Amino acid sequence: MKPKQQRLILAGLAIIAIIGAGLLASVAMRQQAAYFYSPSEARAAHIAPGTSARLGGMVERGSVQRNADGITIDFLLTDGRATVPVRYQGIVPDLFGEGQGAVADGHFDANGRFVADRILAKHDENYMPPQMGQMPTHNGGDSLVVDGANSGAPREGQNK
Amino acid sequence: MHRFANPQRFLSIARPLTPWLVGVGILLVLAGAYAGLLLTPPDARQGDSARILYVHVPAAWLGMAGWGSISIAALMQLVWRHPLAGLAARALAMPGALFTAICLATGSIWGRPTWGTWWEWDGRLTSMLVLLFLYMGFIAFTNLDGGKGAISRPAAIYALVGAINLPIINRSVVWWNSLHQPSSITIGKSAIAGELLWPLGLTFFGFSMLFAAIVLMRMRRFLADARNEARLRRMAVEY
Repeated sequence: MKPKQQRLILAGLAIIAIIGAGLLASVAMRQQAAYFYSPSEARAAHIAPGTSARLGGMVERGSVQRNADGITIDFLLTDGRATVPVRYQGIVPDLFGEGQGAVADGHFDANGRFVADRILAKHDENYMPPQMGQMPTHNGGDSLVVDGANSGAPREGQNK
Repeated sequence: MHRFANPQRFLSIARPLTPWLVGVGILLVLAGAYAGLLLTPPDARQGDSARILYVHVPAAWLGMAGWGSISIAALMQLVWRHPLAGLAARALAMPGALFTAICLATGSIWGRPTWGTWWEWDGRLTSMLVLLFLYMGFIAFTNLDGGKGAISRPAAIYALVGAINLPIINRSVVWWNSLHQPSSITIGKSAIAGELLWPLGLTFFGFSMLFAAIVLMRMRRFLADARNEARLRRMAVEY
């Protein structure tokens, strides 16, 4: 065997080993590397009240309630399988809205309500001109559904 | 590929190609910037802030393509001992790091008005920051030996090991819950409406051409350095 072929085989084996190690590490880090819990994951994980956690999901349509004090809002965060009530005092990002993705930093209280110290807005991978975005069937934010259920759903009902 | 491994043949192609890459690249980037800033409608949800994607997306692509090319060049040097492969890896490092930094900076500027934060330790953001650190390590590695000629064997192995980060960056938004949205453009389909998409093609190819021009110019410089040194050495022997 020529040295060139030996080096090629050696390099090939090394690359396969590196890729294997990387894949194993990525799978092992599935939980640790996640940026947030989805509501159903948070429920399954039984996070103790008072423990810092980050929760991400869709803001359920029609669930946002602004309280009389003007700075407290209540809403429901959902991933389609579980729903968690969230309370937040402060200013939300411009993109925060019903039917859109959001991420909340905070902790659960004793009643199972998530008390957020900070709210971030998520946006999806869809970009479109304003007149298309105003169509009622616009499905923005669906990408947040976890487990790879991507929002590849066709944007039906758009007029040209 | 082997045909271009000869430095003389490489120069006879790279020399006339460079001004074309620079000229067309600048024109495409300017056209894309004009179209992206003035001609396209704003995004329905994000408004005008989404226009930064015409820089952010090409920068992300070039940051990752740069490292992919470095690792291929490193493999070619390790296995086939191509004289130009090490030079190419060396030449790719600086522009690759530059575009990775541009990607991180524009992403941060974009994240503030949309997500509400400059930086989060999210899978996509973190893996892209790791790529910048990999570039810095590689640049330091290739400067250890005086910054000339083929890269050292440890540097080449480092480049190959670092390539594992590329699929992690790409898949980070699928494997892990992340703040960053999934890819808008996948093979065969785009979640960016056509009216907003087309300037991205201009800046994508424009920045790619400028990137290629920078790499070719740096390779020519390294070749010229090597030639100079050989000449000086010859002169030193003659006297």
